[in-house]
Amino acid sequence: MPEDEVIRLARRRQNLERRALIFQYIRDFFNEQDFLEVETPIRAPAIAPEAFIVPFQSEDWYLAASPELHMKRLLAAGYEKIYQFSHCFRKGERGRWHNPEFIMLEWYRRDADYQKIIEDTEKLITSVAGKLGFKKSIKYQGQTIDISLPWPRITVSEAYLKSAGWDPTTKNDPEKFDVDFIDKVLPGFAKDRPTVLLEYPAEQASLARLNPGNPKVAERAEVFIGGLELANAYSELADAAEQAKRFREAIEQIKNEREQVMPMPEKFLEAMKKLPECGGIALGIDRLVMLFCDAEKIDDVMAFTADEA
Amino acid sequence: MDTEISGVKKNTKLVIDGALYNVIEVEFTKPGKGRSVYRLRMQNMRDGGVTDRTYRSGEKVDAASMTTEEEQYLYRESDQYIFMNSKSYEQHGISEKTLGIKKNFLKEGQTVIVLMFGDEAIDLQLPITIDLKVIDTETALRGATITAQMKPSVVETGYKVDTPAFIKVGDVIKIDTRTGVYLERVSTGK
Repeated sequence: MPEDEVIRLARRRQNLERRALIFQYIRDFFNEQDFLEVETPIRAPAIAPEAFIVPFQSEDWYLAASPELHMKRLLAAGYEKIYQFSHCFRKGERGRWHNPEFIMLEWYRRDADYQKIIEDTEKLITSVAGKLGFKKSIKYQGQTIDISLPWPRITVSEAYLKSAGWDPTTKNDPEKFDVDFIDKVLPGFAKDRPTVLLEYPAEQASLARLNPGNPKVAERAEVFIGGLELANAYSELADAAEQAKRFREAIEQIKNEREQVMPMPEKFLEAMKKLPECGGIALGIDRLVMLFCDAEKIDDVMAFTADEA
Repeated sequence: MDTEISGVKKNTKLVIDGALYNVIEVEFTKPGKGRSVYRLRMQNMRDGGVTDRTYRSGEKVDAASMTTEEEQYLYRESDQYIFMNSKSYEQHGISEKTLGIKKNFLKEGQTVIVLMFGDEAIDLQLPITIDLKVIDTETALRGATITAQMKPSVVETGYKVDTPAFIKVGDVIKIDTRTGVYLERVSTGK
């Protein structure tokens, strides 16, 4: 075994021990509320086609980029409260906050919307923080962050008007949306508090339903702490025809931009006809561990990154 | 030369608005559902100024085509170090600031690899280690043993380096050109 690997893994040991504790506390949180822990395929014949998520292929199947579709098939079959830690794979995503293989925590509740799911998230993270010995605040990269509830909410419209000077819910410019987000909006969030960003433009609804009172925005929310994008929540779209239309558009865009032909997730669309009203969320566990370990980069909280595998 | 932004790494040289930049840092980031964004920190290779720029995935940048030439180090003139192509006799200057630590390892007449952007000399490539003769050092202190005790020594290029106490004038020592640190004694002077 090369010497530098021994040193590296010894240095990461404390973080990896804390990582294991965090998994345990999250399981406690959900099990105490009668959620069922499930496992769904990591390798499947079809995944959700998404314009900016590039999947790995495995023969003519795909490695999961998220467990969402299979978890919704469980909901459609009558499961009410489920959660899962899932290995997810996204090609080309490598940086301080990214590794092409990472762990996603997803949970879903029947008869709930994105607001309810954000409340779950607040409770989950403060519960884990409490068990790890944090009181009302955590310290991340020199910044003290007050995590007392409730966390401040801001709509996409308000955040962009404040920091970037335009409103993405009245003007559709997805490319400017992403660059301005990184350059202006994210740095404009309060440094000493978590931020919940709500109501994404309808064009970026993905698998969320549109707000019935304001169809220009989707019932989608994201959670940010210490500059880290931690989680993405939806009031789940339960309209199979609308979902099929969004998938067709994404498949077309992927064909044009990446010259890749993605299959339509037919089994999911069939199951979706029975999908009840529900809310769900995907939370990047490695980043949550980074936050609780005050780790500068994702490498510090994984035993082996893609470069070290 | 058009290059995908995803292929840009640390030390890639880019041409932006006619100026040459060296990439110091690449930060990859991506909103979960959005496009990849690359934040580049770059140093202007002429004036040393540092700038940040943000690029979206799929954007193209102009990677500078660099060539290398074997040249001879001639002399220093104010803050410029002058090199000459041994075939064409063309001369090029590189500033002291650009050379950084490398300026300490240049002997007159020495052959070096010069990194060229068009007909402009940009940087030097030095071997990782270089052997230099000691021209000045204190004689070993009384009672000093051949242990961890270090003392300053001056090598033939005028560079002052910490060496073990046993090093004498005339000795040839090996130095790491990346860090400027003494590595070992190569031969003993008479």
